[in-house]
Amino acid sequence: MTDNLASFPGGLVLDGQKKRSTQTPIRQTPLAKKLILPLQQHIGEASEPIVKVGDKVLKGQKIARAEGHVSVYLHAPSSGTITAIDEQPIPHPSGLSALCITLETDGEDRWIERQQVDDFTRLSQHEIRQIIREAGIVGLGGAGFPSYIKLNPGVHHHVETLILNGVECEPYITCDDMLMRERSEGILDGIEIMIYALRTKNCIIAIEDNKPEAIAAIELELPKRPKLKNTKVVAIPTRYPAGSEKQLIEVLTGKQVPSGGLTVDLGIVCHNIGTSYAIGRAIKHGEPLISRIVTVTGTDVKHAGNFETLFGTPMDELLAFCETKRHPGEPFILGGPMMGYNLSGDHLPVTKTANCILVGVDNAAPITKPLPCIRCGDCASVCPVGLLPQQLYWHARAKDLEKTQQYNLFDCIECGCCSYVCPSKIPLVHYFRFAKTETMNQQQETLKADNARIRHENRLERQTLEKTEKEQRQRQRKAALAATKAAKEKEKMLEQQHTDNQEN
Amino acid sequence: MISAILAISLMALFFGLLLGYASIRFKVEGDPIADQIDKLLPQTQCGQCSFAGCRPYAEAIAAGEAGINRCPPGGETTIQALADLLEMDVVPLDDECGIEKPKTLAVIVEDRCIGCTLCIQACPVDAILGAAKQMHTVIADECTGCELCVPPCPVDCIDMVETKPNPNTWRWPDPDHIDLKLGGDND
Repeated sequence: MTDNLASFPGGLVLDGQKKRSTQTPIRQTPLAKKLILPLQQHIGEASEPIVKVGDKVLKGQKIARAEGHVSVYLHAPSSGTITAIDEQPIPHPSGLSALCITLETDGEDRWIERQQVDDFTRLSQHEIRQIIREAGIVGLGGAGFPSYIKLNPGVHHHVETLILNGVECEPYITCDDMLMRERSEGILDGIEIMIYALRTKNCIIAIEDNKPEAIAAIELELPKRPKLKNTKVVAIPTRYPAGSEKQLIEVLTGKQVPSGGLTVDLGIVCHNIGTSYAIGRAIKHGEPLISRIVTVTGTDVKHAGNFETLFGTPMDELLAFCETKRHPGEPFILGGPMMGYNLSGDHLPVTKTANCILVGVDNAAPITKPLPCIRCGDCASVCPVGLLPQQLYWHARAKDLEKTQQYNLFDCIECGCCSYVCPSKIPLVHYFRFAKTETMNQQQETLKADNARIRHENRLERQTLEKTEKEQRQRQRKAALAATKAAKEKEKMLEQQHTDNQEN
Repeated sequence: MISAILAISLMALFFGLLLGYASIRFKVEGDPIADQIDKLLPQTQCGQCSFAGCRPYAEAIAAGEAGINRCPPGGETTIQALADLLEMDVVPLDDECGIEKPKTLAVIVEDRCIGCTLCIQACPVDAILGAAKQMHTVIADECTGCELCVPPCPVDCIDMVETKPNPNTWRWPDPDHIDLKLGGDND
């Protein structure tokens, strides 16, 4: 099956380092005393709390509702009492705080009543999407986009193929691999539901060929499902970043997603394996998304592996459970070595998008001062999007944001291949992230300034209008006054004449 | 000879009419340069430049009556942008007008507000809501942080609060200014 696959430009063959965390089955992280739940664990609007401090909640109970279209619900991962709704440090590269709900667990872990659906075909597509939204499910691959939106192609699009992304191309991370090995049944449950919701027939489960166990587990389960007769497993060559949505589509179909376009423009919808498992649990078992598999690995971790962890569990407790050499306050990486970012806080919670915690990387190059760019062009040859990183770098450094746009800065997927191969050790991706956020900020400012200008002009217009109206009123009043005065005088004169006449 | 003079004058007449028509047909309304300058200004309408708002300042720059360094809210970036547009040299901010400060937002201490409407009259962008003898409040999204509402307040109940970055508006720092001492061995 691998013979008719296409490929994307550039990319890297990296040392996977995955064996370290696949030696033991998925384990449960012990229940933490305190769970910290950020209201924004997804792309879009933050959820709105629907509980008060002091409320007792059950496991799986809704504690925040979706606010706006691009938003999902949030649930209590265990039973207990809400002790605070305030700002807490969150796992974000900025190290800033955001609004979180803090839940003190009671240790009973008592579930709320769950509504199980045995035959999902009795539900309409809309009802399924609604359940998925209310179950708080977002893309678990890393971006955290609300899944129910991606299951609604709209009337203008027809979905030809559903792609299940089990590629997991970034080194060290193995949470999807282990999920496929151990819970293939649950994943296929989710795929059946997704195919039904999208009204499509074809489905491709894409897995990198360095995961033979996962491929075998899925292939063993697949023939038992009559509903999935048009679903196939495709092993794709191991090359980073094949797991990136657009690159994966290029490998499987040979088609490129247009710049600024969506995959659905090609009739393709892409979901992560973990998301499909969560959807299966939500519909078939009535369980909302309250936990995920987190890979904890790295050279400094004694018991590396994959851990089913409740959201809100402090990362330091998870790291303590795995026995790491890390001291409190020391930085660690959230995500993989290529795309992840450094975190250094201690009580940061595990969120819906936290796929891997990495403590210690093999052969980590010491952070050194970057040398000047020698224009070797290595970065351009590995860029999987076909951009020109060195040109982007010059313009980003000169803060010429308009030029970076001309070089399609926003098509950069921040995979880190260019920084990895740069012989001068220039942190290219950092420059691109800087330029991206700077551009977005500038656009926001312009929008705000335009708005202020319009409001100011409207105000001036209103003021002149008010002024002319006032003047007009004054004039009218003056005229009326003069008229009555004249009338009175006339009357007086007439009276005078009358008396004069009488006197005469 | 006569035919040549005739031809030349006819052509002159034709082109003259053409030019005359074009000048009426394609007349540019307003002052395009002032518009472009106005676009680059931050639109706080704060008047720190000594003009009655951003538009009058833009018109003064376009007329050559004011320097490009009189806008403290815009700061260095605005001076740079104006210099690029007008092909002038970059000059430091005129400290007569004020200094570049971090962005702020007006917040009314609602317990103290007596509902005098003076701040509403002062706000250049209608960002304060309220009525006579009713408590007022600032529409945070519309406030430009111009500080014009602060002096008129008789009970001093308006605070200028620095806007805090949140994870959604946070920007990646410039890599050129990052301290590499964090474990680097080259420093």
